Amino acid sequence: MPVTPQLRCCDASGCRSAGGQALRRALEEARDAAGLTAEALAIKPVGCLRLCGSGPLVACDGPGPSQLFGGVAPEHAGALIAASVAANDGSAAVSDDPLAAHRLDLSDPFFALQQPVVLEGCGQVNPESIDDAIAFGTYAQLHRVLQELTPEQVRDEVRRSGLRGRGGAGYPTGLKWDTVALQPPGPRYVVCNADEGDPGAFMDRSVLESDPHRLIEGMAIAAYAVGAERGFVYVRAEYPLAIERLRLALQQARSRHLLGNHIDGTSFNLRLEVRVGAGAYVCGEETALLLSIQGQRGMPQPRPPFPAQSGLWGAPTLINNVETFTAVPAILRQGGHWYAGIGTEHSKGTKVFALSGAVVNTGLVEVPMGTPLRTVVEVIGGGVPDGSPIKAVQTGGPSGGCIPAERLDTPVDYESLLELGSMMGSGGMVVMGASTSMPEVARHFMGFSVNESCGKCVPCRAGTVQLAQLLDRFVEHRATPADMERLDALCQMVKVTSLCGLGQSAPNPVLSTLRWFRHEYEAACREPAACVAAGGVER
Amino acid sequence: MSVVTLTVNGQDVAVPAGASLLEATRAAEANVPTLCHLEGLTPVSACRLCLVEVEGSSKLLPACSTAAAEGMVVHTHTPRLREYRRMTVELIFAEGNHVCAVCVANTHCELQDMAVTVGMDHSRFPYQYPQRLVDATHPQFTLDHNRCILCTRCVRVCDEIEGAHVWDIGSRGGQCHIVAGLDEPWGQVQACTSCGKCVDVCPTGALFRNSDTTAEKQPNTTLPALLRTAREQRRWHNQ
Amino acid sequence: MIPTPPAAKLRLATVWLAGCSGCHMSFLDLDEFLFDLAEKVDVVFSPVGTDVKIYPENVDIALVEGAVANVDNLELALQLRQRTALVISFGDCAVTANVPGLRNLLDGGHDSARAVLERGYLELADATGQLPFAPGIVPELLPKVLPLHEVIPVDLYLPGCPPSAERIREAITPLLAGERPVQEGSAMLRFG
Repeated sequence: MPVTPQLRCCDASGCRSAGGQALRRALEEARDAAGLTAEALAIKPVGCLRLCGSGPLVACDGPGPSQLFGGVAPEHAGALIAASVAANDGSAAVSDDPLAAHRLDLSDPFFALQQPVVLEGCGQVNPESIDDAIAFGTYAQLHRVLQELTPEQVRDEVRRSGLRGRGGAGYPTGLKWDTVALQPPGPRYVVCNADEGDPGAFMDRSVLESDPHRLIEGMAIAAYAVGAERGFVYVRAEYPLAIERLRLALQQARSRHLLGNHIDGTSFNLRLEVRVGAGAYVCGEETALLLSIQGQRGMPQPRPPFPAQSGLWGAPTLINNVETFTAVPAILRQGGHWYAGIGTEHSKGTKVFALSGAVVNTGLVEVPMGTPLRTVVEVIGGGVPDGSPIKAVQTGGPSGGCIPAERLDTPVDYESLLELGSMMGSGGMVVMGASTSMPEVARHFMGFSVNESCGKCVPCRAGTVQLAQLLDRFVEHRATPADMERLDALCQMVKVTSLCGLGQSAPNPVLSTLRWFRHEYEAACREPAACVAAGGVER
Repeated sequence: MSVVTLTVNGQDVAVPAGASLLEATRAAEANVPTLCHLEGLTPVSACRLCLVEVEGSSKLLPACSTAAAEGMVVHTHTPRLREYRRMTVELIFAEGNHVCAVCVANTHCELQDMAVTVGMDHSRFPYQYPQRLVDATHPQFTLDHNRCILCTRCVRVCDEIEGAHVWDIGSRGGQCHIVAGLDEPWGQVQACTSCGKCVDVCPTGALFRNSDTTAEKQPNTTLPALLRTAREQRRWHNQ
Repeated sequence: MIPTPPAAKLRLATVWLAGCSGCHMSFLDLDEFLFDLAEKVDVVFSPVGTDVKIYPENVDIALVEGAVANVDNLELALQLRQRTALVISFGDCAVTANVPGLRNLLDGGHDSARAVLERGYLELADATGQLPFAPGIVPELLPKVLPLHEVIPVDLYLPGCPPSAERIREAITPLLAGERPVQEGSAMLRFG
């Protein structure tokens, strides 16, 4: 990026809710008051600057290293403008810096240990400006791909990168692309799953709000690679800003002929549209999502056939998550080998996590796969605010589980998390302190699954209801040892017999807490004798 | 016609290529139980009773919607499958209001039969007693949601065989229920042809003729398959 | 749980909780088998066999008809469990709460006792309607009607509304020989 003096103001949902827009207006007024023009000091709305918990965030760029300020109120606008001027004319910082308390240390591990690939442009580009995106290099890979590479070569590169689906299941992306591309001739579709519904997950929202053009570029490259001419981004309605920016970005891309017919003067055509979900979590499940796009009730279907064989309107359909598509331009720019050089043997590249809960640094984190969980939550996250030890880390939302403190040295990759009874999921990571009761955590997530079950198959529809009631008994300390057996057995049954991933993983929060924190469940049992005497009549 | 051969409970069977695992298990007389499945309607794999074990597959597979493949080794009644089936039926009983003694379908109910098949002598899961309604607005038929198990046979027979698509599903999770038309009283749905196929295929007493009282319902579940075959093979008497 | 084959006669009880007594009628339908039964058991507590009011100690087998719907049902259920070797949930009301359990549909099951009394004694009454209240005389309803096994551990289930005399005989005969009946198939298991 050129070193024009500028202030980058985070204008994503997190900082907006902390007053980011008022701050930006105040900055513009202060700049005018200081007699500066927009050319002399640009004040640019950008996407996520990562440390969401300290919003609103403002980054100050000049000839020297960038500075970052957090929790700044409109009354600090004058001081920020002054600091920006000082940074640019090289004058020394004033001794009693009014912003001292707001200055964030960019050498802090929270920033220093991050490796932005998917988030490269987040916090750098103005998400509402295609010019800014293009100046940052977005669409350069689409251009190169269309002019220089065959679809096979693109797929080779993606296969080489070892990229796996970032929606949670970790299916090899290259293999999926090949499967779609190699179907018999006919129409194909690309679909982006942006129905991010896990509680505690906000990675996809941040990408959509911060760098929508990067996603469009990734999807266009994918469409070219698999031979699709039409695609959809399925975004949940709960993300209004993301939808607004994505729609704007699509419009801008169309007006620059980066979408539409004969893109970049080639024979490649692509129509991309936004489809807004209606609030069902299950529509994040791919077969339900595809039905929803087609205007039907979002209910999972038995697989096979997989969407890659028969998806939208029966045509082969490539469906990937936001993060997966967004990683693609960087992979093509730097090469699949480069990407495969990051991460572990079976989990390549970087992963974005949304860090929240009982942790000092709440925000968005992109780190190489294989980074120990401890590094993420203790070093990058800064541990529990009161300095007490971490009790557990929840990953994978209602489909994942709680990883106990003694396993924090586990590297974060698909297989290791599965082994611990959790899963990567889409990337939500909730840190839990000592006071968190594990049966309560399990009940919370089970309540989520009860509400979000689509109701199609019996184990998920009726089993989760019974599981939630069993968990109530533990939370309310009226469980019996027989309830414990019932809980174990029903968890297994729901996990093994449910139709789709939602039901199959709904028991995971219970199973993982039963595995690592069984004593908390046992402590919640009444004495068996007391149970018989009271007869469970108050049920 | 090409044929695939596979093993069901140790017995070799041959079925036409494209046949489902369910057909294969029937060829082996394995008696895999089903509730949502009905010959002639698209399988939906919703009740999960037909799950079977296939060697080499880490997951249990629904026999109704899985294609039989050459060389498959299938087990239909392992101890865990039996246990899961019983739990499934208990869950169905517990989530609705199924009182066999006072039901129109008593003695002709597939759910009642299924309890016997899976050996359910009681439910280990407490009954939920959900608050559900009865739609008696249709002049000939009644829908009692208390007895509905959401198999969606009515939805499918009306859509796929009758072509009226009167029925669909509303809400989600435990609140799921069958809706008529645009969630209207059944009697007001003009698309309904009053053909009664939904009543005939309903496995329980959820849909019944108004003239039927306790234990009088006589379902006819072979209709969809007959009609489908007749259409596909143009086997009409008057041709 | 299953009593060993007796040197002396087995002590049999039949209990009537919240049910219509249809299961007991079916029991009486055992007809001449009742003579065989009388040779092998002493009926020590039964609304159709004795006039004993207090549930005795050391009962071998109890056939318990009916759901648990009021405080008397509850007290008797807890008592009989402590005094009985083998408890049989006898008929659909005991096994599932069945028809008596239908009142659980009122008031979302939270306090269906209040709801059912108000419905029966106030809403459907003429101007003189009043809620029955006679502590110690009319047993108080429990908020929710429960199947027997949700109140006490049950050893054997005999569903049916009512279980046919044949089904009862097939269940009892092996027990008299100290064996557990095979509870399989339509003849033994069907609800309704």
